[in-house]
Amino acid sequence: MSTTTGRASRPPAEPAPPETEPPESRRTKERPIGEARPNLVVYLILGLGLVVVVSPFVWMAFSSVKTEGEIRRVPPTWWPETFTLENFQELFQRLDFPQYFFNSTLVAVVVTVGNLVFCSMLGYVLAKADFAGKNLLFRIVLGTLMIPGMVTLIPLFVLIANMGLVNTYWGLFLPFLAAPFGVFLMRQFFLAIPDELIDAARVDGASESRIFVQIVIPLAKPALATLGIITFLGSWNNFLWPLVVATSEDKYTLPVVLALYSTGQNQINYGLLLAGAVVVVVPVLVVFFFLQRFFVQGVALTGIK
Amino acid sequence: MTSGTTVRPGAQTPGRAGSYELRKHSPLYRRRTRAAWGFALPFVLLFAAFTVGPVLMSLVMAVTDLRSRDLRNPLAVEFVGLDNFVAVLQDPLFRKAAANTAYFVLVGVPLALAISLAIAVLMNSGITRFRTIFRVGYYMPVVTSIVAVAVVWRFLLHPDLGMVNQALGWVGIEGPNWLESTTWAMPAMIAMAVWRSIGTLIIIFLAGLQGVPTSLHEAAALDGAGAWQRFRHVTLPTMRPTILFGAVITGIGYVQFFEEPFVMTQGGPLNSTLSVAFHTYNQFGFGNYGYAAAMSYVLFVAVVVLALVQFRLLGERDTPRKPRRTLRPVASKEIGR
Repeated sequence: MSTTTGRASRPPAEPAPPETEPPESRRTKERPIGEARPNLVVYLILGLGLVVVVSPFVWMAFSSVKTEGEIRRVPPTWWPETFTLENFQELFQRLDFPQYFFNSTLVAVVVTVGNLVFCSMLGYVLAKADFAGKNLLFRIVLGTLMIPGMVTLIPLFVLIANMGLVNTYWGLFLPFLAAPFGVFLMRQFFLAIPDELIDAARVDGASESRIFVQIVIPLAKPALATLGIITFLGSWNNFLWPLVVATSEDKYTLPVVLALYSTGQNQINYGLLLAGAVVVVVPVLVVFFFLQRFFVQGVALTGIK
Repeated sequence: MTSGTTVRPGAQTPGRAGSYELRKHSPLYRRRTRAAWGFALPFVLLFAAFTVGPVLMSLVMAVTDLRSRDLRNPLAVEFVGLDNFVAVLQDPLFRKAAANTAYFVLVGVPLALAISLAIAVLMNSGITRFRTIFRVGYYMPVVTSIVAVAVVWRFLLHPDLGMVNQALGWVGIEGPNWLESTTWAMPAMIAMAVWRSIGTLIIIFLAGLQGVPTSLHEAAALDGAGAWQRFRHVTLPTMRPTILFGAVITGIGYVQFFEEPFVMTQGGPLNSTLSVAFHTYNQFGFGNYGYAAAMSYVLFVAVVVLALVQFRLLGERDTPRKPRRTLRPVASKEIGR
C-alpha cells in the first residue's frame, strides 16, 4: 500500500488531551535509561502499522466517490480519477435511507437512555449501599457477561414473538435496555466516590433518591458520558437482532439494509454498497474522533470494550 | 425511580447514617435493603425478563424436541433428556464447525495479543508525538460496524479488484482468491478479527504498562540488560495479570466467532469458515430450536473452559485459587490511575 495515500489517510489531527502529552520533566523520567532517544524506527513501525490499519477506511472513502466502471477496473486504483457523488444521490433516491437512518438513531437513543438510567441506579446501590442480596445480585449480573449471545437469541425471539412485538420499535430496543456491562462500569466509577459526601447529605436530611439525583449523578457525568457513547455505538452497529426482528422495510436499521444488500441475492452495484458503508461508518467515526478520550476511559474503567 | 422515592430510610435516621456495620435484621438494615432494591428494581425486572429468563428458557429448550412449528402447540413438545447434546456431538457438521472455531481461537487470540502487546510496548517506549493519533487510528476498527467493514474487506480481498493482492503483487507474490479458497478463507477471517480487536487490547495493555515500575527497568538497564531482556524479564512478568485479562476477554469473544463468516462468506467455501455460533444460528433458522439451544450451551461450556485454561496457563502460579477473583482486581486496579 502506497505511503502517500496512507499519510493522507491519517485521522484529522486533533488537539491531544493534556494527559497524552506529558510535561518535559515527566517525559524524561519515564524513559528507561537504556534508550537514549525514542528513535525513528519506533515511529516507522507504528506508522506503518497505522497505515495498514487505517487504509481500508481510506480506500472505502475514496472508492465511494468513484464511478462504477472505475471501481470494477483491474488493476484497482487508489485516487478517484473522476470525482462523483452519483452513488450517494442514488442511495438516497432509490432506497429509503432517511427512514433507516431515523430507525437506527431512534433505537440507539432509547437504548442509551435506558442503560444510563437503569445501570446507574443499580450500579450506585451495588457500590454504595449495604443490603441483603447484594453480592448474589452482583454475581448474577457479572456472570451473564460470559454467556454467549447465541444462548439467549432463540428464547428472546420466541419471547418477543409471543409479546407480539416482532417488527416493532419496542421489539428492537426492549431486550437491550438493561445491559450488565453498564452496571459493571457504573459500579466501578461509584466505588471511587467518597462515602463522606453521601453521608453528609444524609445528615442534612436529603432523601436517598434526592442524594442520587442531585449529588451522585452530577459527579458521575464522565462515567455516564462513557457509558452513553459506548452504548450508543454498540446499538448503532448492532445488526443480528434487528435482522431477526425487523421484517419490513420501514423498521430496518442501517446495518440491516447494508447486510441484506451485500449478502443477499438482490445484488446492487458496488458503488452503492460502498456509499452505504460510508453512510454507516462516517457518523460513528466523527463521534469517535471528538469523544475518543471517553472510550479510553471506558476501557480503563472496566477493561472491556 | 418511583419505588426509590417511596422509601426514605436515610432521611429518618440522619444521626446514624455513618455506621456501616449494621446488624442484620435491624430495622434500619431492612429499610436500607428495601430502598436499595427500589433502586435496583427497574434493571432487575428488565434483566430477569430479557436475560436471565431467556438463559433458563434456553436450557429448558435444550432438553426438549422443540421445533418452530411447535410454538403454536406447546403440548406436542416432549422431554428428550440429553438427546440433543448427544446429537450435537455426533453431528459431523458440528465437528467441522468446532474444529474451525478452535483454529480461529488458537491462532487468532495469540496473534491479537502479540501484535497488541508489541504496539503497546512501542507506544510506551518514550515516544511523545502522535500518541493520540496512533491510539485513535488503531482503535478505529473497533467502533465501526462489522457489516460496513465486511463490504470494504470483501473488496480488498477480491482476487482481481482487491488491494491486498495488488500489494502482494508488488513483492512478487500472487495472492490467492481469499474468500473462495478453503485454505485461505479462514486466515482472512482471522486477519479481519485481529484487525478489529487490537484497538481495545492496546488500550488495556497501555494501562497495564503504566504499572510496570520504572525503577525495575532502570535497575535492569544498569545491570546491562538489553531492551529485549528487559521486556522478557521485567515487562512480561509484571504484565501477566493484564495479559491474562486481555486473553480472557478476547477469548470469550473469539469462541463466539460469528459475525465475520456471517457477513463475509456465509460459512463457505465448503463450510471451511462455518463456526459453532454460525451453525447454531443456521439451526435456529431451520426451526430446530431444541437442537440449536443445546448447541448454544455447548458453546457456553467452551467459553468457560477456555477461560479456565487461560487462567491456568497465564494466572499467577503461587495462588491456586486465583481464577475466581482475577477479573475484578485487574479492572479495579485500573481506575486508580
